Amino acid sequence: MSRLQEVPWKDRIITDESQPARPRRLPFNERINLYRIPWIRPLLQSRWPQLLLRSLTLAGFVFTIVAGLLGSRVGSHNFAIIFVWIAWWTALKLAFIPLGGRSWCSVCPIPLPGEWVQHKGILEKGRQRFGLNLRWPKRLKGSWLQSGGFLLVGLFSAVTLTDPHVTAWVLLGLFGLAFGLSLVFEKRAFCSYICPIGGFTGIYAKTAPVEVRVIDTAICAAHSEKTCYQNCPWGLYPVALRDSAQCGLCMECLRSCPRDNLAVNLRPFGSDLAEPRLTKRLDEAFLALVMLGSALAFSAVFIGPWGSLKSAAFAIGSPAWLLYGLGLLALNLIVMPGTFSLAVWIGQRWTGSKIQLRQAIADRAQVLLPLGLFAWIAFTISFAFPKFNYVLSVLSDPLGWGWNLLGTANTTWSPDVSGFSPILQIALLLGGLFWSTSVAQRLAKTFRQSLPIMAFCLLFTLTMLWLLVG
Amino acid sequence: MWRWVVLAGLTLLILFLPFPVRVTTPVERTFRIQASRFEYSPAILSVNPGDQVTIELVATDVVHGLSIDGYDLETSADPGQTRRLSFVADRQGSFRFRCTVTCGNMHPFMIGKLQVGQNNLLWRGALLAGLALIAGAWRVRK
Repeated sequence: MSRLQEVPWKDRIITDESQPARPRRLPFNERINLYRIPWIRPLLQSRWPQLLLRSLTLAGFVFTIVAGLLGSRVGSHNFAIIFVWIAWWTALKLAFIPLGGRSWCSVCPIPLPGEWVQHKGILEKGRQRFGLNLRWPKRLKGSWLQSGGFLLVGLFSAVTLTDPHVTAWVLLGLFGLAFGLSLVFEKRAFCSYICPIGGFTGIYAKTAPVEVRVIDTAICAAHSEKTCYQNCPWGLYPVALRDSAQCGLCMECLRSCPRDNLAVNLRPFGSDLAEPRLTKRLDEAFLALVMLGSALAFSAVFIGPWGSLKSAAFAIGSPAWLLYGLGLLALNLIVMPGTFSLAVWIGQRWTGSKIQLRQAIADRAQVLLPLGLFAWIAFTISFAFPKFNYVLSVLSDPLGWGWNLLGTANTTWSPDVSGFSPILQIALLLGGLFWSTSVAQRLAKTFRQSLPIMAFCLLFTLTMLWLLVG
Repeated sequence: MWRWVVLAGLTLLILFLPFPVRVTTPVERTFRIQASRFEYSPAILSVNPGDQVTIELVATDVVHGLSIDGYDLETSADPGQTRRLSFVADRQGSFRFRCTVTCGNMHPFMIGKLQVGQNNLLWRGALLAGLALIAGAWRVRK
């Protein structure tokens, strides 16, 4: 959490030179500042490369909606389904998040028109803002709504992921919501508090090897204008950044810092993890658990052999779907949070820890991040590669109208990963478990404290193994 | 250091040590699979390694297909038709079979499972998960 008004420890942030409580320099031993590399610096400093990429994604976004609304209703023959749910969703989990954290957010087209209107400018901000510019309601802060959004996606996933019309309407809905909210609320309210994909990328960005950080906090303290904070579309104050969950890597702070005091660091994977958290807020813990529960549910519905489960998930409004919805909600709202809380509670009891359960849960939830990220990647591998031929096919015939623009419309070739993919999935799940166990050990005072949480992680891994390769 | 050597040894053991094999006499097995939109019935087929398997695919609503991961086999059936697929289940493990003819929205996820003998990969994975947990705990010893 890095918005100045939200950080519980904001009193300890240096805002002027009379508070030398923290070291002048943050530990940067194992980091490489990409912003100091001569050929990268102009690419980040100028807004043009980013605008170019954003324009491309915006054009792709508009085309996706058009294809979804006008093209074939058969999902596997429509650009909207294949490019959103096979190509982009796979790229997000296999490349954007693990290697770049919230890098997708820096080029995401959904909030752009709203932001341009709000700023009264595309490349440069106007002097005055358009719209009401209200502060986001305090009650709605955190990632609760993003968790809710992700659950909503899960409830309707079988249709959303397979029906081009529905995908198009969902994208239009997100677009309209982002635009409307940018006219009412300040900054990127939609991205920070509503977007379920933002929640997904944000929480796993903590594991990624990229961060934007202040180089010398004392320089910031002496800088009274705080131009980085004023110009951040996300409303973040870089000095207060403790992790990369909220930072959308838009680079506006770098561009606006007159003292050249910000760095884009390449850092070791998982640098944000295993730091004791001072907060008692449970929103991120809940989001991490929803991600785990959703990985289980998606694996069962989409990769499992249970046809009746697929039919139930698809038949929206039917009694079977209601039962499926209740099961999904029970898994995510009761089983996962209940089991994890029980594991944390047992660990606390065994060691006689005086820390409140609420704070312990918020703290230990970091353990779930490598586990969840690797589970999502393993799940993705099971369906993305066998369906690769669809990508080539819709490039030639994006609307499913029988075109063959590139001569690849009838491609049936897909990489044959049937022998290799289960081994890769096992390796990924084991990697996630190993990493999570290490984080659990780092956070715990004793082995006994971390043991129940490790047992929770093991149980989750075994269930995923059974669902994916069983 | 010795702990990591032990872990590496155990990993190799789990990876390469053959599991006990239950010797069975190969038999002929025939499965009549009804394919309707987005599901096979039955969806899970269990056979022993070496069995001669015949699958009779019956499409009940629209055209459906069937191909088995890891086996180079494929067939499709028109509504009301029955198509046969015969093969020797010579590869042990768990294999997904999938619909090969676009049959509706959930077509890409119309999946069944062929279980040939014991799923050693799953067991090895489960045992390795135990080792991964121990390794993670050892890495940051308290």
